[in-house]
Amino acid sequence: MSDYLFYPGCSMESSAKAYYHSVMSVCKTLDVKLNEIEDWNCCGATEYLSLDVTPAYALIARNLALAEQQANGSKTVVAPCSACYLNLSKADHYMHENKAFGEKINTALAAGGLHYDPGELIVRHLLDVIINEVGMDKVKEKVIKPLTGLRVAPYIGCMLPRPDYNDRYSDSEHPFELDDLLKALGAEVIDFPLKTACCGGHMTQIGPDTAFELIRRLISSADDYKADVMVALCPMCQMNLDAFQGQMNGYFHTNYKMPILFFTQLMGLAFGEKPENLGFGSEFVSAHEAMKRIGVQTPLPQDAKPAPKKPAGLPMPALRERVGQKSTTGNEEASE
Amino acid sequence: MNEKVIVSDPPSAGPLMHEDLELLHEVALLTPGDSHLEMCIQCGTCGGSCPSGSAMDHTPRAIFAMLRAGMREEVMKSNTPWMCVSCYYCTVRCPQDIHITDVMYTLKNMALKSKMFQDTTASDFSKTFISYVENYGRSFEIGLAGIHNVTHLRLAVRLPNMVPMALGMLTKKGMSPLPPKRIKGMNDLKKILKRAKELEAS
Repeated sequence: MSDYLFYPGCSMESSAKAYYHSVMSVCKTLDVKLNEIEDWNCCGATEYLSLDVTPAYALIARNLALAEQQANGSKTVVAPCSACYLNLSKADHYMHENKAFGEKINTALAAGGLHYDPGELIVRHLLDVIINEVGMDKVKEKVIKPLTGLRVAPYIGCMLPRPDYNDRYSDSEHPFELDDLLKALGAEVIDFPLKTACCGGHMTQIGPDTAFELIRRLISSADDYKADVMVALCPMCQMNLDAFQGQMNGYFHTNYKMPILFFTQLMGLAFGEKPENLGFGSEFVSAHEAMKRIGVQTPLPQDAKPAPKKPAGLPMPALRERVGQKSTTGNEEASE
Repeated sequence: MNEKVIVSDPPSAGPLMHEDLELLHEVALLTPGDSHLEMCIQCGTCGGSCPSGSAMDHTPRAIFAMLRAGMREEVMKSNTPWMCVSCYYCTVRCPQDIHITDVMYTLKNMALKSKMFQDTTASDFSKTFISYVENYGRSFEIGLAGIHNVTHLRLAVRLPNMVPMALGMLTKKGMSPLPPKRIKGMNDLKKILKRAKELEAS
């Protein structure tokens, strides 16, 4: 059993609960012990860096300082979210590379009684830990229900293989780590040309036209290759491709239905875990049909509660009802 | 002649006789690590690699030429850094190893401080995101999307899409409509950020 410091990131507690549950399940099977960093804070994503560089790095570094305090022998911080991983890795890298900058950030941390020694911790993404620390042999050993017949598009996204400060990935644009892992699970992996193309990031919020085009490229490419599902390893990528797929379809008048899962959900299935415990059914584009093809019964997405009585939309006067009401209250004279 | 050349006015003040490297150096200094910004050879690999390049008014290559030419106002007003999606394609493809994505962050910081950039859609999104982080220590996706859409995306146009989306977030993904739980060390975090902002200003 190996111990790791675990930085979950905000999404794992809100939009990416499926990721959280499947990560926990998979890590248990692989004897990876995740010790959550006590009282961690948001990494600031790409937003704080856009506003104020120094506070942005101080915000990230607080997590590293807490992790260092709580290390207790383990030196590796694991983040399952690509943006969190990159931010933590970036802060450590620049504080280490540029001593004056490191001291500046530590001066800020000192105001809250904290300190981080740059280079003290090793920041890794969960995929990296599974491939390079746990090892593919152990993964293969644990596969009891191979995903035979499932065609998967491996989507890695941007922030894992780029800029890759520590040269951990086989290539910055066409890395094969995720492909290998999925093949080890018995899945049929397509040679996905856009595996590290951009999902649109925050453009869904600030420039939807741009985001929809980036989402369309990814989904249509996976569809061209006849993938049954696409897997992601970042909550932001999964959210953009899954939750915005409907809006993208509306924008381009297309009808793609590409389920987007987290790689750990497929790992969990292959390890024999029940789909209910892996967050299946929480995706917008249901994976039910795709999984049924390989004989796996996953829960149907919990659809929105019964439609509200009034159609959701702009408030419109409900004429008939009102006329009816008036007639029963004897106000016909007034209305006529 | 070893006189220091000072060209601090925008180029419109007169014919540009010398490269105003002041601006270039300012950007390089504000970027953590060694950005290699002065190494740009104007090859254009960055713009050609950019997934959101079509939405930019200048490609990154042009921006670097403008920085070298001291065109402060034009750069500050450009939407280029705000359209950057932080995909790091340009950064890894740059033959001169310029940390382009990090330079884009610096340019956004500078543009906000200069108050020259007019379209605040992107910067307001960042500010709303961070307002939750500065108060709770955590981000709050539902609150962020809600506030941002109400203020910036013509709610009436987007509403037909937003209702099923919001419902799905709550039912399918089981997200809470309530703000996140505040971290325990919130007071210390506030002190850290306050000190960091002072350091940034100094």
